[in-house]
Amino acid sequence: MKRIITAVVQNRSGVLNRVTGLMQKRQFNIDSISVGRTESDGISKMTLVVDVEDNQKLEQLTKQLNKQIDVLKVSDITDKAIVARELALIKVVSTSQLRSEIQGIIEPFRASIIDVSKDSLAIQVTGKPDKIEALIDLLRPYGIKELARTGLTAFLRGHQPQASELASFSLLK
Amino acid sequence: MKVEAKPTQNTDMKPKTGADLLVQTLIEEKVETIFGYPGGAVLPIYDALYRAKDSFQHILTRHEQGAIHAAEGYARVSGKPGVVIATSGPGATNLITGIADAMMDSLPLVVFTGQVARGVIGTDAFQEADVMGLTTPITKQNYQVQSISDLPRIVKEAFHIASTGRPGPVVVDIPKDISANPCEDTYDNSFHLPGYQPTTKPSPLQIKKLSDAIAKSEKPIILAGAGVLFAKATENLIGFAEKHDLPVTTTLLGLGSFPGNHKLSLGMAGMHGTYTANMALYECDLLINIGARFDDRLTGNLQHFAPNATVAHIDIDPAEIGKNVSTQIPIVADANEALIQLVNHAKESPNHYEWHNTLNARKVDYPLWYNNPQSEMIPQWVMEAVHKVTKGEAIITTDVGQHQMWAAQYYTFNKPNRWVTSGGLGTMGFGFPAAIGAQLAEPDSTVVAVVGDGGFQMTLQELSVLQERGLPVKVIIVNNGALGMVRQWQESFYDKRYSESLLSVQPDFVKLADSYDIKGMKIETQEDLINVLPEVFAYDGPMVLDCRVLQQENVYPMIAPGKGLHEMIGVKP
Ligand SMILES: Cc1ncc(C[n+]2csc(CCOP(=O)(O)OP(=O)(O)O)c2C)c(N)n1
Repeated sequence: MKRIITAVVQNRSGVLNRVTGLMQKRQFNIDSISVGRTESDGISKMTLVVDVEDNQKLEQLTKQLNKQIDVLKVSDITDKAIVARELALIKVVSTSQLRSEIQGIIEPFRASIIDVSKDSLAIQVTGKPDKIEALIDLLRPYGIKELARTGLTAFLRGHQPQASELASFSLLK
Repeated sequence: MKVEAKPTQNTDMKPKTGADLLVQTLIEEKVETIFGYPGGAVLPIYDALYRAKDSFQHILTRHEQGAIHAAEGYARVSGKPGVVIATSGPGATNLITGIADAMMDSLPLVVFTGQVARGVIGTDAFQEADVMGLTTPITKQNYQVQSISDLPRIVKEAFHIASTGRPGPVVVDIPKDISANPCEDTYDNSFHLPGYQPTTKPSPLQIKKLSDAIAKSEKPIILAGAGVLFAKATENLIGFAEKHDLPVTTTLLGLGSFPGNHKLSLGMAGMHGTYTANMALYECDLLINIGARFDDRLTGNLQHFAPNATVAHIDIDPAEIGKNVSTQIPIVADANEALIQLVNHAKESPNHYEWHNTLNARKVDYPLWYNNPQSEMIPQWVMEAVHKVTKGEAIITTDVGQHQMWAAQYYTFNKPNRWVTSGGLGTMGFGFPAAIGAQLAEPDSTVVAVVGDGGFQMTLQELSVLQERGLPVKVIIVNNGALGMVRQWQESFYDKRYSESLLSVQPDFVKLADSYDIKGMKIETQEDLINVLPEVFAYDGPMVLDCRVLQQENVYPMIAPGKGLHEMIGVKP
């Protein structure tokens, strides 16, 4: 099952290495990982999307992360009300004739064209991973020359509904 | 041409360097003994140590691996962090085995490695190794000092982290320019570790849950691990076990955490544990694990591990709880704190007559056993003989292999911190240098290094240290002319194909000892050993005993790989 885990860490050299190293050592599969500074000085946040077998493995993962001296807080936010976004840059093969056709495809995704050359277009899209997947699928027939994704980053919404309202909420299938 | 090295400065006038700052911090941390080996990148540190000669004893081992295993032995016996210094590059990489060993067995170490100067880090400079990269997976924490003002704080943090919570090794990598450059007299060394706040007090709710479970249990058992030793909880463990009439088994590393001769003791559990202990773990309805980590050598096949038990697990490391065995009563705490709470919890517990009767009958019917033809030197018998002359009070260090298991089985440990062995990593070469550290930690105790003829040859260069320091360590080589444990597995599981496990060429260990000016003896019969042992332990100096034991002897009983606790082979018929 896919889980979204966030880890608030002290921004010391080596901390990323420690986290990814332990994931590898303990055989956890990382789908994506994104890291950046937070509102507090010296504190960074990692968002990991991981694929774990079962709850016991998931518990191990959060415990092992928590055990790291520079890790301040680990949360599994998969089942919470969250905002989660990823950014993707997609370079597709495109002649000037195809440009408006592609424009039509990306518009509903609120994606934008950020670079144009003689035979290609670069598109930027932000959203949940499934939205990005969907756009990539639609663009594939044109020929994708290059694809770069940031990985998911996420945090909790300001308001958390009661547990009962959450029942069927899941971002990742 | 004669080149004269001229000191550039008068030593007295020298401004304080990073290395002096390090030394000053070590003094503040009450370090008395340092194990190390010099080299280019740590020359400034060794120069500072020279100036502070009177503050420490520095043990120059003959290999960095010797230094770190000695530090481990020191830490295990004294309970204080072992301190190691090695140079950059090969000095640091020679420590890797010991760091990994300490990580597996939760031993507090603070390891200082030299590093090339900051300006050339990352350029593949002479004797550069990526110490941070190499040691990240095998340390509790590691640091590379980037600024001299951080040095005292980092060193303080390192000692704190190594020795609190679940202990472990911490590496501090110090670039040469940091240790060589002049600096201020003092820096702020206060630290705050918001991400490291080990829980030591147990949750009252879980304690109550466990007390209730004990009150209901008909077949309870305590499994005591090294966590009991780190928490200095033996006394309360005895109190708890006696109060509730609970049988106790220990892990390999937990030997001595509960007296082996206590009537509630079932002996050691696990691959080469006693039949009684393993069957008790198999049949129990309540398993109280105190400071053990359910290692696979203890549990055997997990499917058959305590299948009918409610599992309670007391551990200071939450990540150990539920890692291998699903646990109904998790208690994150220091073992002693938890035991105090448990002893105070005034719950009547039933007498477990039937359970004890079963266990006691098994202790009598299926004890540890071996055939003892007097004509041969039987290794198990050697351990019993050593126990007898040392009245069971010696500190025993071992290497890894058959002799290690025999020592665990037959040198009954009745007190804590007398047993020093490499359990988790199973590091050959550990035993002899560990004895050096143990002897330095307790100069007045009898220290015996029980080693195999294979493993001893991995670190025997440290005989120099015995001689040089006059350490009265007694080295007992259980010499079977083979890599015995490998030979045994090949005999049992590979149809006696003894692939690369027989040692046909060996040094003459007596002459070898002699060449270090150490007394050596070759012992070939039981009678020899009986005659010589009192003399050996009366002698106030190092000694090497080459005991020629029967090669074919195997370690039993045993849980074969993949088998469950209840499937022991080689149980007394
Ligand atoms: C560094 C290292 N290399 C290899 C092994 C694998 N190994 C485990 S026991 C053993 C045999 C040890 O032989 P010896 O030291 O003579 O002791 P014995 O088993 O004969 O008592 C070996 C090779 C190990 N544990 N450690």
